[in-house]
Amino acid sequence: MALNTDFVGRTYPATESYLVGREKIREFARSLGDSNPFYFDVEVARSAGFNDLIAPPTFAIVVTMGAGEQVIFDPELGLDYTRVVHGDQKFVHHRVITAGDQLTCVVVVHDIRSVAGNDMITIRSEIADSNGEQVTTVYSMILSRGTDSP
Amino acid sequence: MKSFTDVHVGTELPERDFAITRADLIRYAGASGDFNVIHWNERVALEVGLPNVIAHGMYTMGVAVRIVTEWVGDPSSVVEYSCRFTRPVPVPDDNVGALLTVNAKVAELLPDNQVVFSLSATCDSVAVLGKARVIVRFKS
Repeated sequence: MALNTDFVGRTYPATESYLVGREKIREFARSLGDSNPFYFDVEVARSAGFNDLIAPPTFAIVVTMGAGEQVIFDPELGLDYTRVVHGDQKFVHHRVITAGDQLTCVVVVHDIRSVAGNDMITIRSEIADSNGEQVTTVYSMILSRGTDSP
Repeated sequence: MKSFTDVHVGTELPERDFAITRADLIRYAGASGDFNVIHWNERVALEVGLPNVIAHGMYTMGVAVRIVTEWVGDPSSVVEYSCRFTRPVPVPDDNVGALLTVNAKVAELLPDNQVVFSLSATCDSVAVLGKARVIVRFKS
């Protein structure tokens, strides 16, 4: 089933603010087996000029998770979630995420296309801090395998 | 800590191997909030036609970038990171798990002390990430 291309450009309401916690950064880094001291040791991070612990390069996915679900589970879009796989992913960091940041996320349907019976939708999430400054732009392409493909 | 002058096009970073077990996926599910059952429930994974429980694409992506961040030293220098998820990473229920092999090399130098690293990530000799690249901006 082809997705509704009218959705391209659709913007969803900003999510409630997400407070980046030190322990969440540590938990996330630990789950990746990454023991870089910038993720664990506040003094090391501060002596390098950061306000607090910094987050690993893919941490922003935690912040975008709820926002993206607004799109994926939007009944008007018509995405079959049981056939969805993650196609590609991109993070553009305008600055590093740091513990103590209060982040909000606005998602936009960036692109919809249909190739060989598969629906591909790219969601763009704009993460901003409490001053409204851009922090990270996240692009996630998810692909819904057509029912006639293996 | 590396600086821009340490970097030359064609430089290959030391290859890295990362073991991925079921316990790692469960830990990542909790840390990331991604509880999709195909990453921890073998019964459902097989029912939907997967070879086994598979790793979160974001887990593989998050682990693979360590080859660059640990070489560069300062992870905040990563200004861009992108990849395609070309093949799943099946993670068997044993004490060994899957083995992810990651390579990286310097592909291009850009203005403003920026460096493009191209990454390859394989599991059982199959490429699991495609067009993976990391852009690092060095402070000096």
